[in-house]
Amino acid sequence: MDYEALRQLADSWGLVYLFLAFVTVVAFNFRPGSKETADELSKIPFREDEPHGN
Amino acid sequence: MSNGTLTVFIAIGVILSAAASIFAQDDILRAHGLLMTVIMFIGMLVVIVLSDYRPAHSRPSRKDDSPYMDDVVRFGVIATVFWGVVGFLAGVAIAAQLAWPQLNIEPYFNFNRLRPLHTSAVIFAFGGNALIATSFYVVQRTCRARLFGGDLAWFVFWGYQFFILLAATGYLVGATQSKEYAEPEWYTDIWLTIVWVAYLIVFMGTVINRKEPHIYVANWFYMAFIITVAMLHIVNNLSVPVSFLGGKSYSAFSGVQDALTQWWYGHNAVGFFLTAGFLGIMYYFIPKQANRPVYSYRLSIVHFWSLIFLYIWAGPHHLHYTALPDWASSLGMVFSIMLWMPSWGGMINGLMTLSGAWDKLRTDPVLRMMVIAVAFYGMSTFEGPMMSIKSVNSLSHYTDWTIGHVHSGALGWNGMITFGAIYYMVPKLWGREQLYSLRLVDWHLWLATIGIVIYASVMWVAGITQGLMWREYDDQGFLVNSFIDTVSAVHPEYVLRAFGGLLYLSGALLMAYNVYKTVTVGARRTEPVGAAGKQLEPAE
Repeated sequence: MDYEALRQLADSWGLVYLFLAFVTVVAFNFRPGSKETADELSKIPFREDEPHGN
Repeated sequence: MSNGTLTVFIAIGVILSAAASIFAQDDILRAHGLLMTVIMFIGMLVVIVLSDYRPAHSRPSRKDDSPYMDDVVRFGVIATVFWGVVGFLAGVAIAAQLAWPQLNIEPYFNFNRLRPLHTSAVIFAFGGNALIATSFYVVQRTCRARLFGGDLAWFVFWGYQFFILLAATGYLVGATQSKEYAEPEWYTDIWLTIVWVAYLIVFMGTVINRKEPHIYVANWFYMAFIITVAMLHIVNNLSVPVSFLGGKSYSAFSGVQDALTQWWYGHNAVGFFLTAGFLGIMYYFIPKQANRPVYSYRLSIVHFWSLIFLYIWAGPHHLHYTALPDWASSLGMVFSIMLWMPSWGGMINGLMTLSGAWDKLRTDPVLRMMVIAVAFYGMSTFEGPMMSIKSVNSLSHYTDWTIGHVHSGALGWNGMITFGAIYYMVPKLWGREQLYSLRLVDWHLWLATIGIVIYASVMWVAGITQGLMWREYDDQGFLVNSFIDTVSAVHPEYVLRAFGGLLYLSGALLMAYNVYKTVTVGARRTEPVGAAGKQLEPAE
C-alpha cells in the first residue's frame, strides 16, 4: 500500500471508525441506569482494607 | 533473586561497560563506558557489603505477609523526593547560567549539557519515579491485589534508576541524539525499553489478578500512560548507530518526517506522561485526601476517552510555519483547541470532588496543594491550546513564553499533585499517624505557589518582549533589533526567573526534611498558636 492509498484510507474509513468508536463509548457511558453503577464504582478507592479474595 | 546472583549480574555489567569503553569507536562511548564502569562497580560493592552472610536458616525471615507490596513504593517515594531536589537544583543552576553566562563551566557543565539534564531529571527522574511509585500504590489498592511478578517490580525500580544515571551522565559527556525530551543515545533507549516492558507486565499483571471486578478509572489513565509511552519511545528512537560500539546514531527518518515524528513524540510525552499519568494520581489521591468519591465517575470516563482520542493528534502545533504541510499544522491546531473540553471537564471533576466539603481546604494544607495543582492543570491547558493557534504562535513560538507555559504546567500541575500524593502516602507507608509537620507543608505550598507565579509571569513579559522585538521592522523594511538586543532586554526577567525557581526549590527542600522526619520520628508535637505557657485549670 503506497502513501496515497494509506492516506485516503486514513482520512475516510479510519476517521469514521475512530469517530464511531468514540461515540459508542460515550453513549454506553450514559446508558440508562449507568448513574447508579457509576456512583457505586466511584467508591472503589475506599475499599482498600477489605479482605482479599472473592 | 539472591544477592549472589545479583552481584554476578552487576559484575557482568561492569565487564561489559569496561569492554565497551576500551573498544569504543568514539570519545563519547569511551567516557560514558568508563563512567558506567565506575558507577556499576560502586553498586556492586554496595550489594556485597549489604548482603547477609549468615547461613540461610539463621537469617530473619523475609516473608512479607502484608496484603500489599509496599517496599518498592517506599523506595519510589524516596527516589521521587531525591530526584525532585536534584532536578529543581539543576533548573535553578541553568536559570542562573542564562542570567549570568559566566557561570557556564565548559565543557561538562555548560548550558547545552545541563539543560537536558534538568529536563530529564524533572520529567523522567522526578515525574517518572512519582508515576511508578504512585501507580504501584494505587493499582494494588484499587484492584485489592499484590503487585504481579514478585521481584520484577524491584527490577523496574532499580532498572529505571539505572536508566536515569545512564541518561544524565551521558549528557555531561556529550551523548545526545538532539531530540528534545528524547536526548539519550541508542543504548540508553534500548535499556529503557526493557525496563518499560517489565513495568507494563507488573502493572497489567496486577490488573488482571484483581479482586475488584471493575478497573477503577485511575488505572485506565495509568495504563494509557504506560502503553502510549512505550509506543512513542520506540517509534521516535528508531535510529541507526554509526557503529556497534559508538555513542552516536542517526534517526531512521529524515527532514520534516523526523521533525513530525519528534513532535508527535514530544507532545504526547506531555499528553500521556505528564497528563494521563498524573491524572491517574489525581483520580485516586484527591478523593482519598478529601475522603469523598470523585464528583462524577461518568465524567471521568468521558474525560479519559476524549483525552485519548484527541491528544495523539495535537503534536504538529509545535511545527507551525515550518516545512510541515499546512494541513498537518492546521490539524494539530484544531485538535489542540478541542482538547480544551476534556481538560476543563477533568479540572471541574477534580475541583467539584470538594463540593460540600470546601471547609476542608481551611484545615488541610495537603488538600490545598492538590487543589492548586488542579487549578494549574486548568490554567495551563487553557494557555496551551491558545498558544497553538497559528496567529498566537507566530508571536509566542521560540520565545520564553513557551518556557513559562511549560513551567506553569510542570511546576504547578505535575509538581504540586506529586507533592500532594507524597504527603498523603508517606504517613501511610511508614505507619505514622500523620506527617511530621503540617506547618511545613503550608510553607512548602506558599513558597512553591509564589515561585511558580513569579516564574510564569516574568516569562510572559520576557516572551512577549522577545516576540515583539523579533518582528519589529523600520520604515525601510529592515529589522530593528539584532538578536543580542533581545537577549540583553530580558536580563532582569531572567534574574527574576532564577529567583522564582529558587523559591520552588526551597519548598522542595522543606518537603525532603518533612518526609525525612516523618519517616524517622513521626508526627511532631505541636501546640496551637498562642497556647504556649497556658496552664489548664481544673474545673472548680
